[in-house]
Formats: sequence, C-alpha cells, structure tokens
Amino acid sequence: MTENTPVPVITVSNLIKQFGRFAALRGVTAEFSGGKLYAILGDNGAGKTTLLRTLAGLNQPSSGHILILGSSKFHDICQQVGYMAHPSLLYDEMSGMENLDYFARLYGITSSTRCAEVIRAVGLDPGLVRPVGQYSQGMRQRMSLARALLNNPKILLLDEPFSNVDTHSATEMVHLLARTRDQGKTLFIVTHQASLLEGVADEFVWMDSGRIVGRTRELKRPTDGCGGGALPRRDGAEPRHHTSSEAGERAGESTP
Amino acid sequence: MIPQTATTPTGITRVTLLKDLRLEWRSKDAINSMLFFSLLVVVVFSFSFDPSAEESRQIAGGLIWVAFLFAAVVALNQTWAREMRNQVLDAYRVSPAPANSLFMAKTLGNFIFVSVLEALMTPLFIVFYRLRALGPAWQLLLVAVLGTWALVVNGTFFAAMSLRTRSREIMLPLLLFPISIPALLAMVQSTTSILNGEGARFWIVLLVTYDLVFTTVCLLLFETVLNAE
Repeated sequence: MTENTPVPVITVSNLIKQFGRFAALRGVTAEFSGGKLYAILGDNGAGKTTLLRTLAGLNQPSSGHILILGSSKFHDICQQVGYMAHPSLLYDEMSGMENLDYFARLYGITSSTRCAEVIRAVGLDPGLVRPVGQYSQGMRQRMSLARALLNNPKILLLDEPFSNVDTHSATEMVHLLARTRDQGKTLFIVTHQASLLEGVADEFVWMDSGRIVGRTRELKRPTDGCGGGALPRRDGAEPRHHTSSEAGERAGESTP
Repeated sequence: MIPQTATTPTGITRVTLLKDLRLEWRSKDAINSMLFFSLLVVVVFSFSFDPSAEESRQIAGGLIWVAFLFAAVVALNQTWAREMRNQVLDAYRVSPAPANSLFMAKTLGNFIFVSVLEALMTPLFIVFYRLRALGPAWQLLLVAVLGTWALVVNGTFFAAMSLRTRSREIMLPLLLFPISIPALLAMVQSTTSILNGEGARFWIVLLVTYDLVFTTVCLLLFETVLNAE
C-alpha cells in the first residue's frame, strides 16, 4: 500500500450471510476508506440492510471476514460505531432526552450536556417532554439519528434515515450528515432516496442479489462492464470481484 | 471530547433496571395484567372450595404458587416484548454494555414486579382461605424470596430464548414449566410444611441450590441467547 492510498476503515472479504437456505449476501468483497460518505443503493432484497446489520455486529456472517478499524471483533470497536436502523430503536414511553440519557450511559457517557447537544444537532428541542411515541415519524427519525451520533462514532451505519421524513427535514439531515463526514467520520447510508445524496455522497455502492455490483461516483446505476463489484456476466462466466481502489479508478474514469 | 467514564456492569444493570421500572410505572402493562389474573384465581378458587382451616393449610401452598407462577408468566412476556418494540434491543446489542447486565436488570425488575404482586395478593389469600401458620412464619418470607427468584431467573432467560419465535406466549410456559418443577415442588412443600408446623429445611436448601445453579447457568448462556439469530 502506497502512502497516498487511503487506509480502509472497513474491509469485507467474501462475506456470505445465509438465513436458512436463502443467501442474503453472496460473497461481498470490498474496501471502504475513512472520511467518506457511501450511499448503499439497490432494489428491495438486494442485501443492503443485511450488509449494514452484519457490519454493525447484529448478524453473524455465515462465512467471510469483516475488518473494522483493524479489528475483526465487533465488541472491540463498538464504541467507534453508531447504528441507526429503520425502526427507531427508541422507547416510545420515554421522552427523547430520557431515551438518550439511558443509551448514553451504556456508552459510559454520564454528561447530559452531550445528549442535549446531539438533540439540538438534529434540529430538535432537548426540553421536549412528550414521549417519543407521540412524535411525528420525521421527529422520531431525527431522534434516532441523534441516538446513533451520541457516542461520537468514527463510523456511522444508517439504514433508511430519510424514510417518511418530509423533504425539508430530509435535506437538513443530509446537510448534518455531510458535516459529520467533513469531520472525518465514515458514513454508510442505505437509502431508496438516492437523489437526496447526489452531490453529497462520495461513492454510490450498488447492490443486487446479495452482491456489490458496482461503485460509482455519480448517481448512475451501473450496467455490465461499467460499474464494478461482481456484476453477473452475460457469457455465464464467474463474476469478477475487484477492490475499492479499482472501483474508484473506474468511477473516476466516468466522472467528467 | 465527550466526558466518558468506564461504566461498570453493575452501573449498567442499575440504569437498565431504573429504566424498566420507569417504563412499567408509565405503562403498568405487567402489574395490571398480573394483578387481575391472580385476583381471578383467588376469587374463583375460593368459590370452588370451601375448605376448613386444616384443609386450607394443606392446599394453600400449591394454590398460591401456581397462581404466582401463571401470573409471573404475564410479566415475563412483557419484559422482552418491550425491548422488541422498535427493535430497541438492537440498540443495546450494538453498545459496549455487557449482556449479563441486561439479564440481571431484567431479572431484578421481574423479581420486583412479582414481589409486589405477592405482597398485594398474600393478604387476600390469608383472608379467603383463613390461613394461620403453625410453624415459624418468617420462614415463609425466605421461601417467598427464594421461590420468586427461582421463577424469575429461569423465566427471564426462557422469555429471552422464545423472543424470536412466532408464538412466544405459548413457547414460554412450554419451556419454563417443566424446568421449574423441582423449584415449584420445593416452594409448595416448604410452604405447606411451614403452615403445618413441620420442618422445611430440606426444601429450603433445595431452593437455594436450585437458585444458585440456574442463576449461574443463565448468566453463562445469556450472551449466546441474546445474540442468537
């Protein structure tokens, strides 16, 4: 590795995840550099959420390896990872501040100032006493993002952060995520609203049938031969895997 | 820089327990269901039988503990159902907090809920069945503490195990009741012995042993159960 090559924060090699006889991930191999915002795109059932959950340590790989910040044991680096799922991961009966105060203590954060800080960062009021169950969907999503940001993680894994959020709030969230990336964090965002990340995401990672089938710098669905990853070949030969640097070069070629 | 301290497993158990008590105080899901269930058992049985004082002492141990066992299942199901709403359990799993802290918090929470139920229902049992202990009554308190722990430690564990099954309300009693038979036997026999003025030492020792063994086994296996897919 040369001096100019960015050090990968996440390396995934030949990752397979099976649920019974169904393979949700079919040999994902990729490297992701630090300080970038990756948008993970693909149709329903492409394996995006499974990939994110596996990176978050919530699913155990059936085979293959994951190296996050140089460690293969998620427990060693969980302090450095923030995870936001499609459901809110919040207790409906407690207020936002009460929720965050509880989760902060799981990370050894005893200062409620930090909780108030992240709540303000996502555009909500820390003094809101209403239970989360009475929040609008957009507010709940933002509070969920605040929970993921709580431990000031180096890596953020976000699953559908903009779903059911109005356009204005979603744009605000995108700005916040871009600022977070600018602070040197690495973000992985699974979304069906890719256009929101156009011009913000450093790379679009395209998934299909449990594989990464392309990595582009522009929001342009890869076709055979122009994307990367393991795009199935028309001649029936084995799909070809390549590394992120190759994908970057290819994407770079296509960038005007 | 965020001010961080190394939170101890005990500290995490404490904050998780306080969070559960707060949630229960606001929703009253577990306590209300348990109370109504036990009240029904007391009333229905009191109408079904009209025992003499002597007969009451013979059957009360079994009646009380079966009522508490069934009522406890309601609370045990609620415990983890709360964590499954909005998949909040995942937020705990991705955190550095140890699995056993969660288990202990849940077990202690259930112990408190079932103890509150017992404290409220026992006077009713005494009145309805005209109970009077011929043996040392303080030993009943010991049996109550040991017996309740036996129920909740296994119950919390098996409720976590049945968490991801489709029919978890049915699965929990199927798993819990057979394994609770030795504890239930000890609880019923010791209660009956104390009420009749006989020695209950053997049954109390059996309960202590049961509690120690199953608490250890549950703590050893809980992390695997929590992370099972």
